[in-house]
Amino acid sequence: MSLDKNGIAKRIAQELKDGYYVNLGIGIPTLVANFVPENIEVILQSENGLLGIGPFPEKGKADPDLINAGKQTVTTIPGSAFFDSSLSFAMIRGGHIDLTVLGAFEVTDKGDISSWKIPGKMVKGMGGAMDLVAAAKNIIVATTHTDRHGKPKLKTKCDLPLTGINCVKKIVSDLAVIDVTDKGFKLVERAPGVSVEEILEKTGAPVIVEGDIPEMKL
Amino acid sequence: MNKVVKNAKEAIKGMRDGQTFMLGGFGLCGIPENTINALVESGLTNLTCISNNAGVDDFGLGLLLKKHQIKKMISSYVGENKEFERQLLSGELEVDLVPQGTLAERIRAGGAGIPAFYVPAGYGTEVGEGKESREFNGKMYLLEYGLTADFAVVKAWKGDTMGNLIYRETANNFNQPMAMAGKITIAEVEILVPAGELNPNEIHTPGIFVQRIFQGTNYEKRIEFETVRES
Repeated sequence: MSLDKNGIAKRIAQELKDGYYVNLGIGIPTLVANFVPENIEVILQSENGLLGIGPFPEKGKADPDLINAGKQTVTTIPGSAFFDSSLSFAMIRGGHIDLTVLGAFEVTDKGDISSWKIPGKMVKGMGGAMDLVAAAKNIIVATTHTDRHGKPKLKTKCDLPLTGINCVKKIVSDLAVIDVTDKGFKLVERAPGVSVEEILEKTGAPVIVEGDIPEMKL
Repeated sequence: MNKVVKNAKEAIKGMRDGQTFMLGGFGLCGIPENTINALVESGLTNLTCISNNAGVDDFGLGLLLKKHQIKKMISSYVGENKEFERQLLSGELEVDLVPQGTLAERIRAGGAGIPAFYVPAGYGTEVGEGKESREFNGKMYLLEYGLTADFAVVKAWKGDTMGNLIYRETANNFNQPMAMAGKITIAEVEILVPAGELNPNEIHTPGIFVQRIFQGTNYEKRIEFETVRES
């Protein structure tokens, strides 16, 4: 069975390591925060100027001066820090963030990603996505394997305007974990009950399959 | 030295049609509400506005957009404003979309006297089209230019009569770099105190960057997406 949003987030959380500074994008990536393993400490960065994002506030305690990059009200954790936008992107551009998780419209087997613009339809702007993908050491894309119409989102070339090139290292979808290698997509794990054949059929690019592909352990 | 002006109306004195201004804030967090209202009342037009976001339809920058006072926006994300999207798609409004970190650094650099610098963001995308690029240590970078403005309008939490500023929580965002980048920087603050009352160790923006300061009134501080814990 394919994973739901929380399943994708849960699998991505397994990639977190103790002491990581992590930037989570809007949507499925935000859910990763709910599945951080209890025995490790991870610090979440918000590009609008907060290191150490805490949980959402209790009802009635929302502070308009304290928001995340999705403009949602949040709280801080003990040891948090505030800073301005240029310093925030110095953290990002300077390679101080260990892991970035973001959503995508399309990802290619070269690690290119489109995620910000649908010409003629949606022009919201790229926000911090281009800065993040251009600089992060490790980028995981959280996405459904196919779009609303059943078309592959993992392909050989992006049809929509690019966010960045040669940058995505790993994709966790509702069907599979796929690494982006020098030789293209490589299948690492399958969602429970999903066959290798189904994954290959729903991927719009060649996929390297070596030996038995294990199921994800969630 | 006393940089205090009476109110927002007095603070924007001398601003003319067609000028460029920066506006601090991220979404609706840390926006200079009083000065925005004064700009709406001023009727100034043909303005170029440098701001990370564009407000929402009925608050913040959205108020200036609705009255067609803005000719051009330089922003990174404008998604929360339908009127903005309409003006953009119809060609009424000119928009230069800039990656957020590049925008912040262009403003910081402008204020710091750095005319241009290289960043990796946008290389290989439409943002890089027509821009100079160069390889450093095996990676490609784009040449980006510093930004300044005729006026920079920022919002701080506390300020003193000499223009020293302290921001609160994530309401700092673009305010701190923008404060450096205005030929005239206007700061509106929630709490204005006499010089000497702020702790010099805690000042984010030293007063040298600020020309006019006033204590704002009636802050609405609207929350864009109030999100609370499930109990």
